[in-house]
Amino acid sequence: MSMTRQAEPAVTPPPAPGPGKETDGRTARRPLALRLLARPEVGVFLGAVAVLVFFLVTAPAVRDGSSMANILYQSSTIGIMALPVALLMIGGEFDLSAGVAVITSALTASMVSYQLTMNVWVGVIVALVVSLGVGLFNGWMLVKTGLPSFLVTLGTFLILQGVNLAVTKLVTGNVATDDISDMDGFDQAKALFASSFEVGGVNVKITVVWWLVFAALATWVLLRTKYGNWIFAVGGNKDSARAVGVPVTFTKISLFMLVGFGAWFVGMHQLFSFNTVQSGEGVGQELIYIAAAVIGGCLLTGGAGSAIGPVFGAFMFGMVQQGIVYAGWNPDWFKAFLGVMLLGAVLINQWVQRTATRR
Amino acid sequence: MDRSYPRSRKLASVVAVAAAAALTLAGCSSSSGGKDAEEGGANASAGKADTPRMTVALVTHQSPGDTFWDIVRKGAEAAAAKDNIKLIYSADPNAGSQANLVQNAIDQKVDGIAITLAKPDALKDVVSKAKAQNIPVVGLNSGVSEWQKLGLTEFFGQDETVAGEALGKRLNESGAKKAVCVIQEQGNIGLTQRCDGVKKTFEGDLETLNVNGTDMPSVKSTITAKLKTDSDIDYVVALGAPFALTSVQSVSEAGSKAKVATFDLNKDLTKSISKGDIEFAVDQQPYLQGYLAIDSLWLYKNNGNYMGGGEAPVLTGPAFVDKSNVETIDKFAAKGTR
Repeated sequence: MSMTRQAEPAVTPPPAPGPGKETDGRTARRPLALRLLARPEVGVFLGAVAVLVFFLVTAPAVRDGSSMANILYQSSTIGIMALPVALLMIGGEFDLSAGVAVITSALTASMVSYQLTMNVWVGVIVALVVSLGVGLFNGWMLVKTGLPSFLVTLGTFLILQGVNLAVTKLVTGNVATDDISDMDGFDQAKALFASSFEVGGVNVKITVVWWLVFAALATWVLLRTKYGNWIFAVGGNKDSARAVGVPVTFTKISLFMLVGFGAWFVGMHQLFSFNTVQSGEGVGQELIYIAAAVIGGCLLTGGAGSAIGPVFGAFMFGMVQQGIVYAGWNPDWFKAFLGVMLLGAVLINQWVQRTATRR
Repeated sequence: MDRSYPRSRKLASVVAVAAAAALTLAGCSSSSGGKDAEEGGANASAGKADTPRMTVALVTHQSPGDTFWDIVRKGAEAAAAKDNIKLIYSADPNAGSQANLVQNAIDQKVDGIAITLAKPDALKDVVSKAKAQNIPVVGLNSGVSEWQKLGLTEFFGQDETVAGEALGKRLNESGAKKAVCVIQEQGNIGLTQRCDGVKKTFEGDLETLNVNGTDMPSVKSTITAKLKTDSDIDYVVALGAPFALTSVQSVSEAGSKAKVATFDLNKDLTKSISKGDIEFAVDQQPYLQGYLAIDSLWLYKNNGNYMGGGEAPVLTGPAFVDKSNVETIDKFAAKGTR
C-alpha cells in the first residue's frame, strides 16, 4: 500500500506521461486532474485557498501584509505541532498528551534554569531530554502493553497535567514559573525560538520559517526515505509490515519521540516569547493539532496522509481564527465554525478520494 | 529480536549525547537573574492562636494552574496557620463536582466551610445540608449578589460589576475613547460582569474580544489582529494578569498606540506597572479574600462574630494599583501573595 504512494511524484507530477518506464501498458494512466485530486493534500489545499479568498473578500484588513504575517504566526504555532502529530497519525497512532506536553517542556526549561540559576540553554537541553522521554514513554507503553494509543496517551495527558501543576507549585511556590528574561543565554535562545525579522516592511515571526523548514523536511522523509516508507507501512497494516521486515517497534516509538520534539520546540517558543509559563495552559490544544492533521488529509486510522496537508490544515485554523476577528464578527461562534469546517473537510476529502480513485 | 540491538544502542547514544551536552553547559551558570538573585522576604506572620484545633474546608471553582487562585489559597493558609486551623483545600471548576466536594467536607464534620459561588444554583442544596448540620458557611470571591439568598453568614469579595464600573470611570479620567475588553474564558459569568460594568460607566465605545486563554500564542495574535483592524482603539482592558502582559506585546506588535489596563495582579505585572508598560490594575486582593474567609470562621466559632453583620458583603476590592503606589505592593507581589 505504501509502495504506490511512494512511487508518485512529490508535489507536481510531470505534465505528460512521456516515455517513462512506468508505462508498461498494464495500467491506463488516468487524467492529470484526477490523479492530482487523489492526493490527500489537494482537498485541503483547495479548502485553504477558498477560506483565504473568502476572508480576503469579506475582511479588508486581511489584505494587509502584516495581518497575513500575524495569521501565519498563529498558524505556525499550531502547524509545527501538527506536523509530527500528522506523521504519528500516518503511522496509525495519535497522541492526546501533545497539548500539555508543550507546557511540560516550557515549565521544565524555565524551572531548571531559574531554580539552579543556570544559563537558560541548560534548561532548554534538559527540557528536550524530558520531552523526548515523554515520547519514549508513550511509545514504549504502547508497544509493550499493546493498549490503544487513546488509552496510553490519555493516561500521559492526565499525568502531565497533574505533574505540571504539582511540580511547579512544589518548586516555585506559585503556579506560574518565574521570569527568566534577564538570565544568561535568554537572548540567544529567543533569537532561535521566538525572534522576528522584517520582510518588505512586514514583521515575520521566525516560527513561520521553522514551520516551513520542518514541513519540507517531513515531506522529504515521508516520500524519499526508507523511514518514510516504514511510517506508511506500520500505519497501513502493522502485522504485514512486520512480516516484510519493517521495524514496527522502532518506527512507532520514534514517531512518539518526534511528537516530543515538536512539543519541545513549541514549548521553547512559548517560554522565550512570554518569559513565564502558567502551569494550567495547553489543555485542549492536542485536539487542535489532531484536527489540523485530519483537515490536512491524515486518516485517523493511519496509513495515509502527507506532511504538506497539515500545513494547509494549520493555515486554515489560523486563517479562520484570526479572520473572524479581522472581519469583526462575533467570535462566540468560532468553535462551532471550526467544527463545521472539520466535518466538511473530512467529508470532502472522502468524497474526492472516492471519486478520483474510481476508474 | 535482533533488530532491537541497534535500536537501543541508537537510543542510548542519543541520551548520552544529550546528557553530555547538558553537562558541558552545566559549567556555565547564569550571572544574572535566576533564583540566586531573588530577594528573600519574610512572610506575613502574626503568631499563633492557642484556641482548640479546628478544621475548615475551602472549596473553590478554581481551574488548575491559575495564578489568581494560588494567591487566594496562600491567604487562606496564612490565616489557618495563625488560627490553629487545619485547612482542607479542594477545587473543581465544574459546579456539580464542586457541590460534591462541599458534601465531602460535610461528611468530614468540619467546623466551617468557605465556598465560592460561581454557579450558586448548583450549591444551594449542599449549603442547606451544611446548615442543617450546624456548620457555618461563608462565601468568597464570586456570588456577591447570591450569598444572602443561600443563607451564608458572611461574604468576602468584590462585586465584579462594581469593579468594572470603577475601571470604566478611570478610563474616562484618562480620556479613553475606544476600549476593547479581552475575555479569556468564554461563558465565565464573572468575566462577563466585569466587561458589563466597564460598559456601564465608560463614556467611549467598548467592544469585547474572546480569546483562547489556554493558548498564549493564540491570545497574542488575536489581540494583535483586533488592534490592527481598528487603529482607534486606545485602551486594552485585560481580565487577568498573564493576559495583560501578553496584551502589551500585542500592542507593540500591532504598532498600536493603545494603553493596557487590567484586573488582578501577579508579580510580573507589578514590574510592568513600574516600568509603565501597563497603566493600572484593579486589584480585588485575592489574598485578603482567602485570609478573611478562614479567619472569619475562627472568629465565629470562638467569639460569635460575623463581619458585615450578616447583612452586607465585606468588599476586598476594587483597589487600584498604578505607578503611584506600585512600589509598596511590589515586594508583596514578588512573594506571590499580592
